[in-house]
Amino acid sequence: MGRPILTALVFTPTLGAIFLGFLPSEVQVLRRAALVFSLVPFLLSLAVLGLFDPARGDFQMVERHAWVPEFGVQYLLGVDGVSLFLVLLTTLLTVLVVLAAFGDVHKRVREYMILMLVLETGMLGTLLALDLILFYVFWEVMLVPMYLLIGVWGGPRRIYAAIKFALYTMFGSLLMLVAILYLASLHRQATGAISFDLLKLYDLSIEPSTQLWLFAAFALAFAIKVPMFPLHTWLPDAHVEAPTGGSVILAGVLLKMGTYGFLRFAWPLFPSAATVAAPYIMGIAVIGILYGALVALVQPDLKKLVAYSSVSHLGFVMLGLAAMNVEGVSGAVFQMLNHGLSTGALFLAVGAIYERRHTRQISDFGGLWKIIPVYSVFFLIAMLSSVGLPGLNGFVGEFLCLLGAFGRDPRFVAFAVFGIVLGALYLMWMYQRVIFGPVTHEENRALADLSPREITIFAPILALVFFMGVYPQPLLTRMEPSITAIVAHVEKRAKSAGPAPIETVTEAKAADPRPARAL
Amino acid sequence: MNLPAVDWVPLLPVLAVTLTALAVLIADLFLTGPDRDALAWLSVLGLVVTAGVSAILWGHPARTLGNSFVIDNYAVFFDLLFCAASLLSTLMAVDYLTTTSVRAGEYYALVLFATAGMMTMAAAADLIVIFLGLEVMSIAVYVLAGVWRQDVRSNEAALKYFLLGAFATGFLLFGIALVYGVTATTRLDAIATHLARHGEQARPMLMLGIAFLIVGFGFKVAAVPFHVWTPDVYEGAPTSVTALMAVGVKAAAFAAFARVFLESLAATSGDWNNVLWWLAAATMTVGNVLAIAQSNIKRMLAYSSIAHAGYLLVAMVAGGRAGGSALLFYLLAYAATNLGAFGVVIALARVGEPNESIDRYAGLGFRRPLLAMAMAAFMLSLAGVPPLVGFAGKFYVFRAAVDNGYVGLAVIGVLNSVVSAYYYIWIIVTMYMREGELDPPSLATRPYLAATIGIAFAATVVLGVFPALGFALAHGGFSSLG
Repeated sequence: MGRPILTALVFTPTLGAIFLGFLPSEVQVLRRAALVFSLVPFLLSLAVLGLFDPARGDFQMVERHAWVPEFGVQYLLGVDGVSLFLVLLTTLLTVLVVLAAFGDVHKRVREYMILMLVLETGMLGTLLALDLILFYVFWEVMLVPMYLLIGVWGGPRRIYAAIKFALYTMFGSLLMLVAILYLASLHRQATGAISFDLLKLYDLSIEPSTQLWLFAAFALAFAIKVPMFPLHTWLPDAHVEAPTGGSVILAGVLLKMGTYGFLRFAWPLFPSAATVAAPYIMGIAVIGILYGALVALVQPDLKKLVAYSSVSHLGFVMLGLAAMNVEGVSGAVFQMLNHGLSTGALFLAVGAIYERRHTRQISDFGGLWKIIPVYSVFFLIAMLSSVGLPGLNGFVGEFLCLLGAFGRDPRFVAFAVFGIVLGALYLMWMYQRVIFGPVTHEENRALADLSPREITIFAPILALVFFMGVYPQPLLTRMEPSITAIVAHVEKRAKSAGPAPIETVTEAKAADPRPARAL
Repeated sequence: MNLPAVDWVPLLPVLAVTLTALAVLIADLFLTGPDRDALAWLSVLGLVVTAGVSAILWGHPARTLGNSFVIDNYAVFFDLLFCAASLLSTLMAVDYLTTTSVRAGEYYALVLFATAGMMTMAAAADLIVIFLGLEVMSIAVYVLAGVWRQDVRSNEAALKYFLLGAFATGFLLFGIALVYGVTATTRLDAIATHLARHGEQARPMLMLGIAFLIVGFGFKVAAVPFHVWTPDVYEGAPTSVTALMAVGVKAAAFAAFARVFLESLAATSGDWNNVLWWLAAATMTVGNVLAIAQSNIKRMLAYSSIAHAGYLLVAMVAGGRAGGSALLFYLLAYAATNLGAFGVVIALARVGEPNESIDRYAGLGFRRPLLAMAMAAFMLSLAGVPPLVGFAGKFYVFRAAVDNGYVGLAVIGVLNSVVSAYYYIWIIVTMYMREGELDPPSLATRPYLAATIGIAFAATVVLGVFPALGFALAHGGFSSLG
């Protein structure tokens, strides 16, 4: 068992939130305290990175306690190569949004910071939980603060956006709850003991027809969160109305919960159903890539453009995931991190300019290069990272996703690459209209460049963008054992439980002859 | 005529609460003015003693009055639940009654008499004793609903509740008569034995009897289509009485309902389970859908309580140990959350200004942060959001349903939860995301109300994060049946 470092990581933000509740209503005090309380989990997550053994593919630093013994519900946390970096992304982005809130949150600072910290607990718990009920609890805990962040600090249509967000996500997750209960019931029938332990449920053999239903319930919950076409309609609303910090966390971390859920739960729990569904999911992913890109192309609103670019980018992640080979999944996980960083940076950039001009219309800008050069450079790097320029992080992820998908079915890749072209088109065109050209609005001449605080916010993201683009190896090696284990598990189980052997499975097996490892 | 020797021990909880009621009535004659708070303290003391006596009887099942009255863990569980519900509805009334012209003595005594009736229902091992308990409880609550004599709505509520309630009691009584006609007994254990042996005899009459019993209980638990009285009565009755009705009366009705159906009539469950399935589905759906359209918080909570009766019926349909324990736990979860919610409703009320419109909650979130936080927690708990107790309850109920093969009903249940999320979240939206000017007096000046909301909030959170204790109690309670 060892030290309960993961528990400490998950719950320090909550402790911080409670502490903030008792502080005097001095804005500066509250902001600094919130910053400190977001830095502690960040440092703890760095410690987790230090303690992490890169050679192992199973779960590490596992903490297991009975929670509701009568139903076999456990408090079970653990980290592997997949969740490790998502945890780091979460803690880093939380620090940055707390810092960003210094500038753009002026009312109800205490409540904003409290919600942000509670949200962090929810996100970290979701990533680390290995018991399905515990996972579900954290999953829902994420919902409430996010919904309040949108609804209280958001834009003019915030109430509509908040309720839409809440109802969409609840709809998916409650059906997942029934599937979880059914799964536990199957486990009881098979072994006599009820359990929500993910590792035990991985080994449960389930009828392929039953798997399809359960997979559908899980997939619906996750697909809404990703969001996959055509379940994405809550996303632009939520993003446009959310405050900057909310958008950053929403795009940076919350959307990844959907793709993470697919990888951690939907695929390994129901391998044969997932294998049947994979071509459809890849097809929908490609539609999402192209649709998101095309809609982004015509957006007059910067934030909406970035929001639709998320739909497109997450399509690549799903494409890589659904390929279910080591390249594809590595690419998907890497792309999750990329998207978190680059889209996070784009939202921060949009937020910074909105703070100054109180508009997000592309047509209200132009010619900013000369006025605010530092901002323009930072924005440029974030934009190019999102485009997937070689040498920056986005390239590595997209390349691996497509490579993996190519190994499974080249036809999808043939269409998906147009998404990259379109991505370059809408992002660069947007950048050109905002930054280059003549200054069309006189108000823009007086814009202030980035403050030291804002540079502090952008710097770590941009450093990581370069680092991950040039030298992705330290991340990939730490992910690989876990990803190999998941892929091997899915292949083995899909074959043993699947109905007729599926063509694509055998192909992939030939491509990846690594021995199966126990999860 | 030989009366059986009476073992008084199993009767102690009911006696304790009845004696407290009498003591309150007598003390009321001598206390006037601000001293009337002492009456509340007397009630609270009596309820605590009653709960203590009940708790001692946990694990010591005993029968008395010719096997027609039983104190088993099931009865003890409900005794504790009723004591807690009455205690909180007494506490929340203390400050509330000063804003109305209700005589406190009568009020507290009637709450205690109602509690005695509820306890009798939970401990009844005989259909006649159930009827007795039901009447003791109902008559007290009829009066309580109209205790606010100058208020037209309160009068209307009382009259409506009384007329429809009496009608429904008639159904129940007729059902008892028909079951007696088939089995020649009103004792629950004897009915079970008879049905197990001669299940096929006189089926039409038995079925009719069971149908009438379902109507009678269905009315008291506010199941669709026997729910139409609920919104009007809940809206018109003084809020603290509404809380008692929504929690105590419903729990008492379910206590008797479950004991009769899951214990005595278990042998015929094939006949009535389908009926309850449809009742559950209809109750959840109608309750939740109609709740969306409400603009008055009490009416909204009334429809919400109808919907929750539906979830409780899901637990009954699931049946068996799992379903029965789930029913008990869900009642506990529902009681804690709902009492808190009604406490908040009271907190907003002022003399001559009930502030029951949901619009009045606008902006409360930042003017009364603690009150709003509590209300938000209650709403989320009712919606079934973890880690609050409402989620633990739904988890328990739906797990029982799924485990016993009622996946379809569980799916209807969770879809209903999504619908319900809309109107519960709407309260939060109103409190936090809209601007308003209502500034209710601080809770610091109303210690009793603050205590009520505080206790309910603590129970909602603690039982949600650590549900194991509640599960163990519910399990122990239900396992003593049969």
